[in-house]
Amino acid sequence: MLKINNLHAAVDGKAILMGLNLEVGSGEVHAIMGPNGSGKSTLAQVLAGRDSFTVTDGSVDWDGTDLLALPAEERARAGLFLAFQYPVEIPGVSNAYFLKAAVNAVRRHRGLPEYDAMDFLARVKAEMKAVGMKEEFLYRSVNEGFSGGEKKRNEVLQMALLEPRLAVLDETDSGLDIDALKIVAEGVNRLRSPERSMIVITHYQRLLDYIVPDKVHVLSQGRIVRSGGRELALELEAHGYGWIDADGKAAAAASGARS
Amino acid sequence: MNAPTRNEALGAFLEQDYVAGFETRLETDTVPKGLSEDVIRTISARKGEPEWLLDWRLEAYRHWLTMTPPLWAAVQFPPVDFQDIVYYSAPKSKTDGPKSLDEVDPELLRTFEKLGVPLHERARLAGVAVDAVFDSVSVATTFKKELGEHGIVFCSFSEAVKEHPALVRQYLGTVVPPGDNFYAALNSAVFSDGSFVFIPKGVKCPMELSTYFRINARDTGQFERTLIIAEEGASVSYLEGCTAPMRDENQLHAAVVELIALDDAKIKYSTVQNWYPGDKDGKGGIYNFVTKRGDCRGARSHISWTQVETGSAITWKYPSVILRGDDSVGDFHSVALTNNLQQADTGTKMIHMGRNTRSTILSKGISAGRGSNTFRGLVRVTPKAEGARNYTQCDSLLIGDRCAAHTFPTIEVRHPTAHVEHEATTSRIGEDQLFYAMQRGISAEDAVSMIVNGFCREVFKELPMEFAVEAQKLLGVSLEGSVG
Repeated sequence: MLKINNLHAAVDGKAILMGLNLEVGSGEVHAIMGPNGSGKSTLAQVLAGRDSFTVTDGSVDWDGTDLLALPAEERARAGLFLAFQYPVEIPGVSNAYFLKAAVNAVRRHRGLPEYDAMDFLARVKAEMKAVGMKEEFLYRSVNEGFSGGEKKRNEVLQMALLEPRLAVLDETDSGLDIDALKIVAEGVNRLRSPERSMIVITHYQRLLDYIVPDKVHVLSQGRIVRSGGRELALELEAHGYGWIDADGKAAAAASGARS
Repeated sequence: MNAPTRNEALGAFLEQDYVAGFETRLETDTVPKGLSEDVIRTISARKGEPEWLLDWRLEAYRHWLTMTPPLWAAVQFPPVDFQDIVYYSAPKSKTDGPKSLDEVDPELLRTFEKLGVPLHERARLAGVAVDAVFDSVSVATTFKKELGEHGIVFCSFSEAVKEHPALVRQYLGTVVPPGDNFYAALNSAVFSDGSFVFIPKGVKCPMELSTYFRINARDTGQFERTLIIAEEGASVSYLEGCTAPMRDENQLHAAVVELIALDDAKIKYSTVQNWYPGDKDGKGGIYNFVTKRGDCRGARSHISWTQVETGSAITWKYPSVILRGDDSVGDFHSVALTNNLQQADTGTKMIHMGRNTRSTILSKGISAGRGSNTFRGLVRVTPKAEGARNYTQCDSLLIGDRCAAHTFPTIEVRHPTAHVEHEATTSRIGEDQLFYAMQRGISAEDAVSMIVNGFCREVFKELPMEFAVEAQKLLGVSLEGSVG
């Protein structure tokens, strides 16, 4: 269970998150939608522990752990995974080497034996097949020269390998054509399980046709202003974000913005 | 939030201690500070040199007096007082020179053992013959007998002058003439020891040869001279390593290395240079002003330089190849790291003279802290070098935002069939890359190591195995290296 309580965060002195509340139960998939600049990506980065964002107030409890007290790599080892909106290129470091280092860092933390090269290759090749990635991507530099779709598949591959308890997908659909979107969504759906919570951040409703959420939240001006079921996303699609912005404040006041 | 910042992690990576910084206390035979014809005569006499070599030194000295230090490099330092340097310092020994390891001062053996270079029969490095040079003299050379059975000569320069004077006289100064440049002239005048390698016709040297250079004594310059000759069809792989104690004063190291490859011969020369770089405020450290040049004198000969330069306060060094023989090949692979206030101006010269000669230049410069890193290269295709080809790639990696990287390539082509390519890139280890790795559970230190190591990989793979490992360690890298 993830409980975000009254979260305030700023970047370069500018307040972005302003009292965000959210609870995500085990095995649940929550979608967070909202217009550009509403704080969606900031939420993802703050949860993952990026230090260019400063938490100014509030708390995040993750199964009894104070998430905000952990450095980024410890959050990752404890099972928090962020699928990046813009996966980063690391020239000169092979994808295979990077993935193995990541998987073994996580396994060490969890008290599992580290994979040797043979075990790792067998595992990674099986997972790559599932997300439709060619083996050659193992030997290329991390994300270097990958197309948008290839980068996103590489994110899903890492998520599958790292077996997180909480996965945050930051606009995983951005820049994907419909075929790539389907493949990525299938990869994500395959990873749904009762032990794994997911926060799917998206600007568009269409991703939710493929990854069907348990709950949908609308973020506006750093707070969740509306929460509901799958139908809320369709309503948004029909009326646009202007609809939320117009009555967002009223709705927030009325509902207390609790999910 | 309590997460450590990426800058702290970078800082920790960059602030690793210099582990070779200890000093060995020994009785030494030291010539007083300063340089004069008398000092040169003294050095020559101590070494029992023949008349012709003393004359050669004196001629170099007289030429040096007419020269001025080169100022064109992108490095800054106060003028060196050449009268304030000790030009000869040797550990005192009871005899003229140790005849076997049993006669070597145990303190010296311990020093090299501490540096990871055991010289004793029972502990020596498998498959690597070592010549250990301490300040001005060679203290021991291992595997000499085994190599001798192949007709290979591997010994200290002083010994070569005594035992193989004809070879030394035939080749000395034929690649780097005594008046070549200011520091080469100085070296020619005062050089004290170094290594000598001769691989006879058709012999492939069965093991790696290596020299370990150690500067120990205070105020002492090290001026060694290395001469490697590979006759027709011979081949050899040679490595050198270097360290020095941590001292507040700068010390001068001005070496000369000459390589000669005859028809179909191959010489591979690798360096892991880890002279004391000075402290984080730029105090102390070695001035590494070195002239290295190979002569592909024969047809189809091949000379390959690989260097990993992590130490020294200032590096001024351009290992070069003269591609004289038709179809000869020259390579230069370099990793140069500057951290804190280190400065490096390094690169190569490829002089194409023969037909269908080929050269490759691969330079990886890493700048961190307030370090300054300059690549300076010359590719010259002379009017007779029909069909010459060169490929140059210069990559710079910046760590942090207070360092500098510069690239000065010079290309002179005087034959229309020449094919010369140059590529250059500059990248920075970004906060976004570190965060990405950390979000996957990888620590920032490991992420930096991974990125630096990935950046250097093409050069590291050119190093012999033992040195590749040392080079990675030097860059703070622990590579599992099993995949990819």
